Formats: sequence, structure tokens, C-alpha cells
Amino acid sequence: MTGNAASNAWSSHEGAAALAAPTSTEKRRAFDWRILLGFFLPVAIALLWEGAVTFGLAEGRLVPPPSRIVATLSALAETGELWTHAWMTLWRVLVGFLIGALSGIVLGALSGSSQTLRQLLDPTLQALRAIPSIAWVPLFILWLGIFEASKVALIAVGVFFPVYLGIAGAILSVDRKLVEVGHVFRLSRVQLARRILLPAVLPEAVIALRSGLGLGFMFVVAAEFMGASEGLGYLLVDGQQMGKPDQILAAIIAFALLGKLADSLLLAAAKPLVRWQDTVRERL
Amino acid sequence: MLSFEHLSKTYADGTRALSDINLTVHEGEIVALIGGSGCGKTTLLRLIAGLDRESAGRIRLDGEVLHGPHPAVGIVFQEPRLLPWLSVFDNIAFGLAGLSAAERQARVMHALEKIGLVEHAKRWPRDLSGGQQQRVSIARAFVTNPKVLLLDEPFSALDAFTRASLHEHLLGLWEETRPTVVLVTHDVQEAVTLADRAVVMQPKPGRIFDELPLTLARPRDRTGLPFETSVRRVLTALDHSLKAPQQQPQRERDRQAAALWW
Ligand SMILES: Nc1ncnc2c1ncn2[C@@H]1O[C@H](COP(=O)(O)OP(=O)(O)OP(=O)(O)O)[C@@H](O)[C@H]1O
Ligand SMILES: [Mg+2]
Repeated sequence: MTGNAASNAWSSHEGAAALAAPTSTEKRRAFDWRILLGFFLPVAIALLWEGAVTFGLAEGRLVPPPSRIVATLSALAETGELWTHAWMTLWRVLVGFLIGALSGIVLGALSGSSQTLRQLLDPTLQALRAIPSIAWVPLFILWLGIFEASKVALIAVGVFFPVYLGIAGAILSVDRKLVEVGHVFRLSRVQLARRILLPAVLPEAVIALRSGLGLGFMFVVAAEFMGASEGLGYLLVDGQQMGKPDQILAAIIAFALLGKLADSLLLAAAKPLVRWQDTVRERL
Repeated sequence: MLSFEHLSKTYADGTRALSDINLTVHEGEIVALIGGSGCGKTTLLRLIAGLDRESAGRIRLDGEVLHGPHPAVGIVFQEPRLLPWLSVFDNIAFGLAGLSAAERQARVMHALEKIGLVEHAKRWPRDLSGGQQQRVSIARAFVTNPKVLLLDEPFSALDAFTRASLHEHLLGLWEETRPTVVLVTHDVQEAVTLADRAVVMQPKPGRIFDELPLTLARPRDRTGLPFETSVRRVLTALDHSLKAPQQQPQRERDRQAAALWW
């Protein structure tokens, strides 16, 4: 009797949940106009500055107005210069990121999953991490020459550490309770790694890769400052030496767009893998 | 048949969680373990499940000594412990990796029907209520058709109403294959609703204080007088188990007083 009432109550609860589900997905699909609010400040400042220069209130030689920056950008794009430089920079970041991220994942996984290996690897890597990466540059140039190899090496070093730390930390912090579920179903070590550890660390791995990518873009500038004839970093140096602030700002904008684009691509690639995550962002 | 012989567990820090447990659970029997906090109930289940090693003694399942996790032993933890990256369906199918896709599908769908969550098969665990998650975790343990099912206070976080409906779901699943069940609970009503026998435990060191058969006919009427009587009997035993540590020194003093008197 009581049981019957209870199960009825349950099914009505579920009915309500099933009805509620479609509305919440619809809500998620609707465009949120508040996103545009983020554009307000930069656009307002750009317009103000543009106006100030147009009406002669400011000179705009050292801080060129937006129209001049856009003109420089489109001129660079027309001659094709922009694409060669951007492509060069992107290529360096990509290769450096791949090398750094791969070694970071492998070593991070090793030191995260085995106590012995951690005691063997971690102290050395932590000591190396304490060295500011730029300090390696003279050595890399001596060892690898002044061309691509030393630049890629610097970027790889920059990418390596956040990825290594992130992966090792993620594996160490996997919930013991979930690992026990794997033990109860008698998973082998390999199965445990594939069916429990890997999915459990994915969200944190994505975060680690993203911060690695960010550092990659930071170090590509440093690498290109030290003697490059191509790349957005070269455009920066060239703009400084030639006294062309509009070119510097154009390169900076290109950097920002490129960095954001790369980050979005990484995020989009990872999104289907971490959709299950129960985060605040998802619930909003 | 599940049996414990002189089973003891002392943790690395010297805590004597279990000492000399001797108990036999018959095939298809439901045994409820009750006792105050810290008397080693979870420890006992973890030993049976093979998640911890005993310090002394052994556990036998049909004569076979258990070492580590055994395919015929399933466990439902106090928390649902669902894998958040798997759908409800895949969570239930987690232990069925060795079966063909069709067989897996059939078993999981049957379990989903039994727990009344068919329409939730494709959802993520995070989108379920606590009671629904716990039902999924019970289904996950049942689909492998274990001979022994261990439940560690599986309903303690739920309200009385939800708990009553989960008791029915649990008994519904149990009737199909009649596994041996060891259920840990703090709730005497729950023990009397579900179990064939209540085993009352005592802490420091964890040991068995008393065993009470619960022979009411199923399905059990929670409002009847026999039910009330059983509940009261178990409560009394529980009461004694909690008071016993204070009683022991008292008895010791009595004995000494008696000796003086002589
Ligand atoms: N990993 C551990 N290391 C050391 N001591 C432990 C460990 N796990 C449990 N204990 C101790 O062993 C004793 C029994 O613990 P256990 O968790 O089995 O109790 P319980 O009967 O399940 O209690 P509760 O009803 O509160 O869940 C307690 O005194 C506890 O402090
Ligand atoms: Mg416990």
C-alpha cells in the first residue's frame, strides 16, 4: 500500500523532470545578449581615441588611432606579409607545443601513476622548473644554432612544465572512491588507466594544455625577439626599430587573435570529451 | 555460503577495527549488520569485497578462500559512486565488458525497468536525484548477477519516503536471483524490513555482540504488531551493545566486591 503510493510519487517526479528537460535545453540554445556587453569598453575607448585624434585633441603619432592600425593591418595583409609572419609564428608555436605537451603528458603520466617514478623524476623536474625558461636561450643557441631548432626548444620548455604539473597533479587527485569501483570490477592496470584514470583526468588535462598553449605564445615572442627574420615577433622588433607604432600594435592584435583562435580550437576539440562535467558554467 | 573464520583487521595505525569475527551467512540469506559508529561494519564489507586485506583469519565463499575482489561479489557503497563521464546506461553496464553487446543491452534494460529509470538511460548521473543515483548504483551491482551482494548504508542519505520505495526496488531485484546479501545499516526499521537476521556489533575492538533471527513472512507489513516486536527486540540488543562496555567494568567490580565479601 505504502509502497504503491511511493512508486506513484516517484513516477510523477520523473514525469515532471522529463517535462522540464526540454525547456532547459531551449534556454541554453537561446542567444545571450549580455555577451555583447564585453565589447562595450574596448569599442568605446577606440571610438574616443579615434575622435580625439580626428578633432586634433591628440597627436596620435606614438599611439595611433584605430583607423591607422586597421589600415596597417590590411596593408600587411594585402602584400601577404601578414600571413607569412603569422604562419611562421603559428608553425613555431605548434611544433614547440606538440613537443612540450607530448613530453609533459608522458612524464606527467609516469610520475602521477607510480610512486617510484615520481620520486625519481619529480625532484629533478621541479629543480629545472625553478630556472626561468628564458635563461636557457644562450645555451640553446650554442647547442642548436640561431635558427628554428633553438626557438622551438624554448617554446617546448615553456609548454612542458604546466602540462607536466597539470597531468601529474590530475592523476594524483583522482578520487580514490572511483578507483575502488574499478577494483571491485577487477579491472587490470591498463583497463583501470583507460576506463577510469583517463576520463577522470581529462578536464584537468585540458586546463593544463590550455595554459601550456598560452605559455607557448608567450615564449614565441621571446624566441622571435632574439633574431628572427620572420614571424609576428619580428614585426614587433621591426616596428620598434623603424619607429612604426602602428605596425607594433597591428602585430599585437594579430597575436591576440591568433592566441584566442588557437585556444578556442583546443577548447572545441576537447569539448565533446568533457561534456559530462558538472560545472557551474554548464548550469548557468 | 559466506563464512568468516576468526576474521580480524588491525589498521596500520593500530586501530583494531575487527577482532575474531565468526559468522556464517547462508545462501540467499539477507543479513543486516547493525551497531554503533566505528564498530567495523564498513571494514568488514571492504574485506569481503577485497578492497582491504584481513590481518588474520579468512573469508570463504562456498569453501573458496577469498583473496582480493571476486567476480561473484558485488558492492553498493554508501555514496552512489557513479562514473560521471558515463551515461546511466553505461554506468550500469560498467561490469559487463565481457559480454556481447546484445546481452549487455538486454541485461541493462531489464535492470533499468526494475529500478524504474528506463527513460533516464541516456542521461548523465549529474542530472539524477540522489535516490535515482543510488538506484543506478544498486542496478550496477545487480546486473553482474553476483552471488554475494554487499550494501554499506546505501540509503542512509535519503529521506524515509524515498528509502521505503528503494527497499521495494531492492527486494524486487533480490527476488530474481536471490543473492546472499550483507546489508550495513543504522536504521533498525530498515533491518527488520529487509533482513532474515540482524547481527549486532560492538566497537573497540569491532566484534559481534548478538544475532537475532527475523522470521516475519514476506512481504512484511511495517505497521503490524510482529514488525513492532522485532524492531523492539533489535533495539534492545543494540542498546545493550552500546551499554556493554560500561557494564563490563561494573561486573568486574561486583566480582571483586564479592571476593571481598567472602
Ligand atoms: N583506513 C583506516 N585506517 C585506520 N583506521 C581506520 C581506517 N578505516 C577505519 N578505521 C577505524 O576502524 C574502525 C572501524 O571503522 P569502520 O569504518 O569500519 O566503522 P563503521 O562500523 O563502518 O562505522 P560507521 O557506522 O560510522 O560507518 C574505526 O575506529 C575507524 O576509525
Ligand atoms: Mg561505515
